[in-house]
Parts: sequence; C-alpha cells; structure tokens
Amino acid sequence: MPEILQYEFIRNAIIASVLVNIICGIVGTYIVIKKIALISGGISHATFGGIGLGYFLGINPILTAIPFSLVSALAIGLLSRGKRFSRDTAISIFWAAGMALGIIFISLSPGYAPDLFSYLFGNILTIPVMDLYIMAALALLVIMLTALFFRELAAVSFDEEFAAVTGIPHNIINTLLLLMVSLSVVVLIRIVGIIMVIALLTIPAAICRQFTYNIKKLIISSMVTGTLLTLGGLWISYLLDLASGATIILFLAAVFMLSIIIKVLISRLKKNNNTYKSARMD
Amino acid sequence: MKKIVELKDVYFSYDGVPVLSGINLDIEKKDIMAVIGPNGGGKTTLLKIILGLIKPAQGKVLVFGKRPEEGRKRIGYLPQNPDIDLGFPMSVYGTALMGRYKGPLRRYNNADREAVYEALELVGMKKMAGRHISMLSGGQLQRVLIARAIARKPELLLMDEPLSNIDAGTQKSVYELFLRLGKKMSVVFVTHDISAISSYVEKVACLNRKLYYHGPKEGSLGRLEGAYGCPIEMIAHGVPHRVLKSHTGD
Repeated sequence: MPEILQYEFIRNAIIASVLVNIICGIVGTYIVIKKIALISGGISHATFGGIGLGYFLGINPILTAIPFSLVSALAIGLLSRGKRFSRDTAISIFWAAGMALGIIFISLSPGYAPDLFSYLFGNILTIPVMDLYIMAALALLVIMLTALFFRELAAVSFDEEFAAVTGIPHNIINTLLLLMVSLSVVVLIRIVGIIMVIALLTIPAAICRQFTYNIKKLIISSMVTGTLLTLGGLWISYLLDLASGATIILFLAAVFMLSIIIKVLISRLKKNNNTYKSARMD
Repeated sequence: MKKIVELKDVYFSYDGVPVLSGINLDIEKKDIMAVIGPNGGGKTTLLKIILGLIKPAQGKVLVFGKRPEEGRKRIGYLPQNPDIDLGFPMSVYGTALMGRYKGPLRRYNNADREAVYEALELVGMKKMAGRHISMLSGGQLQRVLIARAIARKPELLLMDEPLSNIDAGTQKSVYELFLRLGKKMSVVFVTHDISAISSYVEKVACLNRKLYYHGPKEGSLGRLEGAYGCPIEMIAHGVPHRVLKSHTGD
C-alpha cells in the first residue's frame, strides 16, 4: 500500500470522491443535457443561507443546508414555471438572497467562524466519517430514482411539451430532478465548496458528452471520468501543496479544454479517412 | 361521420388579450383538415386546447368523447419548431420510441419496438434508426418527429406547422406522406402558409381569433382541382380568385 493511503483522511477523501462522482455522474448528466447548470448554481449559492443558519444555531451547518437547498430548488422551480418571471431572474434572486442571508447569520453568530472557508471552497481532506454515510445513502437514493424514472427523465429533458402529451407528469419529474440536484449540492459542499459545486456537476458530463450519444453511457462515463479527475486533482494538490477544492476544479477545467482539442482532432481524422475512402471509391 | 373532436364555444385569452373567441369545431373520422391563419391567430393555442395542455377559459372540449387529458392518448402530436437540442444524446430510434410511453414503471416491450420500426418505415427513416439526431437534415428530423407522433398508432394526428422546416423541394413528398397517413387516421394540421394548402386537403378552416370553417359543403379541394383543371395552391379570401366563401360576421 502506498504510504499516502495509510492516512485515514486520505482514505476517506478517496471514498468521498467515488461517492460524490456516482451522484454527479447521474445528476450532472441531466443538468448538462437539460441545460439547467445555472439552476444548480442558484441552488448551491442559496444553500449558503443554510450554512449560516447552522453557525447561528450552533449545529452542524450541513444539516441546516439540506432544507435550504430543497426549498430553494422548489421555489426556483415554481417561480420559473410561471410566465411572469424568466427562469434566470428567479435563479439570480435566490442566488444572491441566499448568500446575503448566510452572511447576516454568520455576522450575528458569536465568535469566529473557523471552518467557514471549508464550506465556501471545500476541503475534501477533512470529511467526517458520518458524512461518508450520508453520501452513500444519497448515492443509493439517486441511483434508485434514476433507475425507476429513466424514461421519464429522458423524455422531459428531450422535449417537455411532447412528454406532457404522452401523459408524463412533467412537473413532478422536473421537481424530482431539482430535488436530486439540491441533494447533490449538499454533499458536494464538503468536497469543493458552495462556489465551485457547479463545476463538479457539469464538467465530467460536458467532457463525456462529446464522445457518446447514449444517456446511459454518458452517466457511467461521467462517473468514471469525474472520479479519476477528482482523485487526480487531489493528488496534484498534495504534490504542490495547494487548496484541494480549487486544484480539483482547475484540473477538471484543464481536462475539459483538452477534451475539446481531442474531439476536434478525432473529427478531423474521421473526415480525412472518409475523404480518403471516397477518393479510393471514385 | 363520427365526431372525434368537438369544440363548443371555446374562449381563451392570455393576460386579458383574447386569443380564441367562440370557437366551434368538429373533427371527424378520416378528416384531412388544414387550419390556416396568421401568426398570433391562435393556431397553436387551439391545438394545445385539444391536447389538454391548456384549459379554455370557457367552452366545452371533447376528445374521443372524453376530457382532453384522457382522450389525448389517442392523439399523435407534432409540435411546432420543437425546442430540441440536436446535441442531445438520443438516436432516431430512441426519439420515436418516446412516442410509445405508456406510464410510469412500464417498460417498452417488443410491441413497442415493432410499432416504432413500422412508424419509421412509414416516414422513410427506418434505415437511419441507429443514427444520432445531430446527423439528420431538418426535413429528416421532421420525419422522425412525425414517426414519434404516429408510433403510438393514434387515431388523430395533430401537426403544428409541419412544413416549417422543410424546403419546397421535399414538401411534395411530405404531402404524399400526409395522404398515406390520412388513410390510417384523421390528420389535422395548422399553418400560416396558405401555399401549404394543396389539393390533398379536404377541409379548410381559417383561424384568426375566430374560426371560419370551410367544410366539405363547399366541395373538397380535390374536387375543386378537377373543376379548375389546375392544382389549387392558393385560397383567396379576397375577390379575384374566389374559391371559398367569404367570412361573415367580422
């Protein structure tokens, strides 16, 4: 066993990486194909209000984050369903108001908030064992819901109006998806923090989407890619002694850029091959 | 003829602006009907009311003798310029299969697969079943979406601007497709493009907030074609080339 694996916090970080990327592979896939990345950003920032409330009440901020995340997901969903406000208006309001509420709560709380930064920017190395159990339970829940409603989720993401005509309860499916997003936001806060949650949700699916046209394959490949890149980022942060959350995100972004170049090269190669083939046929 | 859709005195408005007023419309079995009207005339709204996607402010809507939400199981629907992301991970086959949705927790079976291949065959897209939708032309995608609508073997096919993504060259073959479909089911489509009304259409209704019905009483356009000795592609509500009666009461 390599020396680094002897530390329990490293082992926990690895387990956490696998668990969150199981969740992100699924939820991120739907976020990317349904184009609701900004909703996820809004939910995660609104959740900061819950973190602040936790500090204020002196309880584990993750516990107070859960209801904030769920309620903001439902509220953004409801507000953007009507015609009065556009979806991005609803998102912006919750995004800022949640952050503001968090700041007020924290400034009202007595004393110094020592691990506030770990909620904003994440710290995968300090994850308590209890959180691993929460992550495992959520991963199981997300897998089950997706397996049960796979057809509905695909249809609503593809063409919501047609889905409604075929009898799919599209509002319920949309709400279910937003609830899954909000739960994944909560577990991701520990890893990369509120501000960067959106990157871990979208980048692995955005990378893999370029290479597959099948939702199931996209989910599985996003899980694998996300896990490898999270661990890779963690390794780099260990080597260079940098903040783990930020290093993971930068590594993800760098690989994303690289994947675009690879995709372009593959397309060129295929094109050349085809021209070569058709030239030979002539 | 048996009525399959019945609208009686239907009113609808968006934010106080009337979109539909006093609409009466019957769709009968084996109808091939076109509803024409300007943009904003309420055509899409009319279809959505029949589909039960929106509720009329007033009036009665019966679809196969039931509420639209129940009756729409027997309708196939082709939305207007559907907001489909061509990069979406979905094949031609997968797209058409969505038309076969039966309900939660009910998997697709062999009958569904057969119905999808049959529908793709009918629109001439069976050979491309395995392709990703980003590889299709606008006209091919439209055919796939028609296949999705007819995969559930509907008794009525509602189409919203079915020719909008199709260039003039392929329009004829799409019309012939409508004609073939018309033998199996009632076909109703709405369009703002009056040149889309060809001799294939048997009944025409004009919609601009109010509906003016030009039923078979005025002779099917097919028969009119015989009378005029030319394909009728234009309907003149004005004087020069009157084919249909003028509207009264407006």
